[in-house]
Amino acid sequence: MSLPTHMQAKVQERVGTTDWQVIAWQAARISGKVIAYAVLSLGAFVFAIPFLWMLSTSLKPEALAYNVPIIWIPPKLRFSTYVEAWKLLPFAKFYRNTIFITLVNIIGLVLSSSLVAFAFARIRFWGRDVLFLILLSTMMLPSQVTLIPLYLFWTQLKAVNTFWPLIVPQWLTNAYNVFLLRQYFLTISPEMDDAARIDGAGWLRIYSQIIMPMSRPALGVIAIQAFAWNWNNFLGPLIYLNETPKFTVAIGLRLFQTQQSQKMPETMAMSIAALVPVLIVFFFAQRYFIQGIVITGVKG
Amino acid sequence: MPGDQVLIRRPLLTLRQRDNIAGYLFVLPWLIQFVVLIAGAMIFSFVISLQETDLLTGFEWVGLENYRNVFKDAFFWKSLRVTAYYTFLVVPLGVALALTIALILNQKVALLSFWRLVYYLPSVVAGVAVAILWSWVLNPRFGLLNAGLRAIGIQNPPRWLYSQTWAVPGFIMMGLWGAGGAMLLYLAGLQGIPTPLYEAAEIDGANRWHRFWRITIPMLTPTIFFNMLMSIIGSWQVFTQAYIMTGGGPNNATLTMVLYLYRKGFEHLRFGYASALAWLLFFIILVFTMMIVRSSQSWVYYEGELKK
Repeated sequence: MSLPTHMQAKVQERVGTTDWQVIAWQAARISGKVIAYAVLSLGAFVFAIPFLWMLSTSLKPEALAYNVPIIWIPPKLRFSTYVEAWKLLPFAKFYRNTIFITLVNIIGLVLSSSLVAFAFARIRFWGRDVLFLILLSTMMLPSQVTLIPLYLFWTQLKAVNTFWPLIVPQWLTNAYNVFLLRQYFLTISPEMDDAARIDGAGWLRIYSQIIMPMSRPALGVIAIQAFAWNWNNFLGPLIYLNETPKFTVAIGLRLFQTQQSQKMPETMAMSIAALVPVLIVFFFAQRYFIQGIVITGVKG
Repeated sequence: MPGDQVLIRRPLLTLRQRDNIAGYLFVLPWLIQFVVLIAGAMIFSFVISLQETDLLTGFEWVGLENYRNVFKDAFFWKSLRVTAYYTFLVVPLGVALALTIALILNQKVALLSFWRLVYYLPSVVAGVAVAILWSWVLNPRFGLLNAGLRAIGIQNPPRWLYSQTWAVPGFIMMGLWGAGGAMLLYLAGLQGIPTPLYEAAEIDGANRWHRFWRITIPMLTPTIFFNMLMSIIGSWQVFTQAYIMTGGGPNNATLTMVLYLYRKGFEHLRFGYASALAWLLFFIILVFTMMIVRSSQSWVYYEGELKK
């Protein structure tokens, strides 16, 4: 077995490397790693520190919160700020409202988007491709264009100050979710539903007993995104809800900020209270969510 | 026997007709959404933009007057400049930052899931709570950022949201804090690049630099394209920060287009004018989307197109 001459030369070159070359090469590798970890740690510090500062500030008495330089760990942690601030506005009510809207919308969005996506992925019906093109083009439309007519629409229906304007549109799907789910459904082999069809199953059965159970990761991603979006939604509630007992956490917090704007510990405490549900959900759903990004996001 | 008759009778509808009906029943939610809440609302939005109206007391037809006035409106031009400035900085910087983090995390680092969590958590929290947090972070006297800047020896740090020059950069920093979402997308993209490509290149003698520019980046361009498109569309619609943190100030230095639209409509009750602003915003977003899509033909690489 003989190698071509130029490869022989290369092998010799490798074998013939002196110790200091190996050392230099190793050193470069290790220093590269060190730099990578240093950059990562510095970046992580910068990304995490606003959260830590927020937590620290919320647990400080007023007098220490404005101290320069920052006192990171106060001599005594003051948890009562949370209790006192919570009572300044009906926050419990805001939470109930937000949880209600969010849950209802997650169900609505998952249900409607999957039904529509299923039809676009599986059923051959007249005009399907044209309709799908229209759906894609609506993804670009900024919601501000339809904001004012929809506001007028809901005013005419006397639905301002109810949750209907925040719920109904999501029960009627959202183009982005339909798009993601369709992409996912297309990756499921059609052989199974062909077999089911031969056995006499209707589309609804194929949807509910084959496609849906096989799409849990993608449905999970949609549910999590719907959760975060609804929890954080600001412009919708700002426009449609104008009585305090109907408020969501987002606009309740805004109201709190306008009333207590000069009190840093209080506004920080209530901001944390508003963030915690999202952080918890994403912390526990992390693996699921990242898996979903791999499935649905890349081919986007 | 009635049962026999059923067996003999041909189905009322052919398979194709049944599929047509089933298809439309399944897409019905979206059809209603599209006809009423999108197409219907768009037409109506355009009609409103040709009127002067507070939506309550009446409608007065003014034709294209609203559009003519918008172009003469100094606040509109200001909001256009502010939003463009924000978008053109936050989008490329966001792509660069998210890509850098993803590239480092893709180097087989230890504790990957820990780093990933730290970087992506800020991106999932959004809205009012984050705006309030950042309005304190950027506070010139008591804020975290200036405390940090003073600690590294900068004596007179910027006044951020209180300064016409530094308010938008403050927003941009807040935007970059949320780069973790895009980072996840890039990381997934990087992990999807088949390793044989790298192995083949290495055998051919390509060094790290070449492998990065000739394999990693081209293979990632579809992800970059998708992410850039989405963030451009999102950045033009920036609202919550401006509404909560600055109210558009100081001296309209953070008057974004959607904030101006909101103000004209829901505060000054000039819904016709606000609708005209919405259409101009739509037009701008459309132009930029088309430009990006057009340009993508020369820089986005799709595997399927290799042999063309």
